[in-house]
Amino acid sequence: MAEKLGLRFQGRVWKFGDNISTDLMMPGHLYSRMLPWEEIAKHSMAANRPGWAEQVRRGDIIIARRNFGCGSSRPAPRILKALGITVVVAESMSRLFFRNAVNVGFPVLICAGAYDAFEEGDVAEVDAETGQVRNLTRGTAFQGEALAPDTPPYEILKAGGLDTYLKDVIARMKKGTWRPA
Amino acid sequence: MGMTIAEKILADHSGRATVKPGEYVWCSVDGTALLGHSPLLKRLETLGVERLFDPDRIYAVEDHMAPPPTLEVANAMVDLRRLVKKYGVTHFFEYGRHGILHELFPHHGYISPGDLIVSIDSHSTSYGCFNVASTPVNEEMLFVVVTGQIWLRVPETIRFNITGKLPGPEEFVVGKDVILRIAGEYGTECAIYRSVEFHGPAVHQMSMSSRFTMANMSVELGAKFGIFPCDDKTLAYLEGKMRRPSRPVAPDPDASYESVHSIDVTGMPPYVARPHDPGNSVPVMDVEADRVKIDQAYIGSCTNARMEDFRMAARIIKGRKVHPDVRLIATPASQDIWQQCLREGIWELFAEAGVLVTSSTCGACAGMHMGVLGDGEVCVSSTNRNFLGRMGSPKASVYLANPATVAASAVTGYITDPRKFL
Repeated sequence: MAEKLGLRFQGRVWKFGDNISTDLMMPGHLYSRMLPWEEIAKHSMAANRPGWAEQVRRGDIIIARRNFGCGSSRPAPRILKALGITVVVAESMSRLFFRNAVNVGFPVLICAGAYDAFEEGDVAEVDAETGQVRNLTRGTAFQGEALAPDTPPYEILKAGGLDTYLKDVIARMKKGTWRPA
Repeated sequence: MGMTIAEKILADHSGRATVKPGEYVWCSVDGTALLGHSPLLKRLETLGVERLFDPDRIYAVEDHMAPPPTLEVANAMVDLRRLVKKYGVTHFFEYGRHGILHELFPHHGYISPGDLIVSIDSHSTSYGCFNVASTPVNEEMLFVVVTGQIWLRVPETIRFNITGKLPGPEEFVVGKDVILRIAGEYGTECAIYRSVEFHGPAVHQMSMSSRFTMANMSVELGAKFGIFPCDDKTLAYLEGKMRRPSRPVAPDPDASYESVHSIDVTGMPPYVARPHDPGNSVPVMDVEADRVKIDQAYIGSCTNARMEDFRMAARIIKGRKVHPDVRLIATPASQDIWQQCLREGIWELFAEAGVLVTSSTCGACAGMHMGVLGDGEVCVSSTNRNFLGRMGSPKASVYLANPATVAASAVTGYITDPRKFL
């Protein structure tokens, strides 16, 4: 039995629809200023949902529909994390967004049926390890796709992100004991 | 059970005889890239990294905002040049010799059939046109440059058989139109987590430039890889350039595909994707009927700013003027292409028509530099994404099209079927 990750979150739900691109989360026109994540975060979703970033509270949860995080490889999970979002649940998700999220220790969960089961403002409980999603406001529950233990993304998420995971790999490389599994 | 191209390349690079979809494998990568606007130097120094896995397989350039529009980007470039010197990265491209990474690196021979490439920038699927499994990452660049390794989940493969005869650049219908049509018919998430293989007679008939566009925009279908077979055209393009031996990979006859689709491209028209999704694609005639007036026309990006693209545009622009209400911006995918356009006299006839020619950069495609859109503006663009806010203002609208459609629209002032100019 793998070690518990402690990835259970409770929070207020924001709903987003299909094809929420990383351009929306992290607008390209701000790029040339190379601002800190917290500054970019103030403009997140400004194109599709002006004023949203100011209303987000630490601990809030995003529940989205299809193809969340499509498009550019830009490190958009850092932006949602900087806003205080704890976890994203979506019906389907871009693989780039998924990888970037895992690599900054930001849990995400693919879960069919969750989107239609929530109204905005409902309270969700999401366990990104077991894959369970519960609507505490309405008393419903859904099973998402849990990450299999002993897979690299699980290990990286367990380490809290790639930098910590890599630190361990580098130490083992120096001792000659790191072999890619 | 036989294997698909992606399965074979992943088995080869993970030291296994076979792999199957759903397995996690660690793979050795053949090459990777660094970009100036995604700085790694400080993170490498914080981790105390003394050397990179292979400085000869790491290619460095800045393309997104080239040359620097701001002090912040200029300073990021100071860091990139320091990284290149400190870690002995062999291949760095200074401004003037630079280009968009996906155009630049195959041109310099860093890509060979059979490779596994893992690189920054979502359009890293482009190298798939050279019979390569190539996929984008971002945060993991740090890991890849240190270890030369990547974990990958072996993807299911979707096969597209492209049949019939594509009209081709002579008739202003190219790979861009095929991939926009696929995005429209199958949706922009049809290939999430999947490898896409393109086969069929029309694929072999297509130019490398058209194949490049299709592999490039495979990521707009959600794909991890977008892979073409290797044929004489592939090898002719790479001949004399490659730094590693070519190891072409074909799928096994009994390879297992998640799904197989057939698309007949005989006589198909140019396609245009309406705002704000590449999947909103329709034949150009449908959009022409709406008389969509444009403010900006853009020929640029890794998707469509190569010689085939500028030659098509030049046939339309020659002896005509850009419409008084329109600006046409031409941003080649590399400085080598810039130079070739100069040699062929394309820049001269563009200048006479009132076209703005810039140096190579990703620039306006990502709303970052040289051609950003303002409130209420409409752009027809040879780029890859028309998401809300993508090219600048969230109040702007972007229509994706092939470069001939862009040039024709720049002349008439509204989105126009380029075949009128044949």
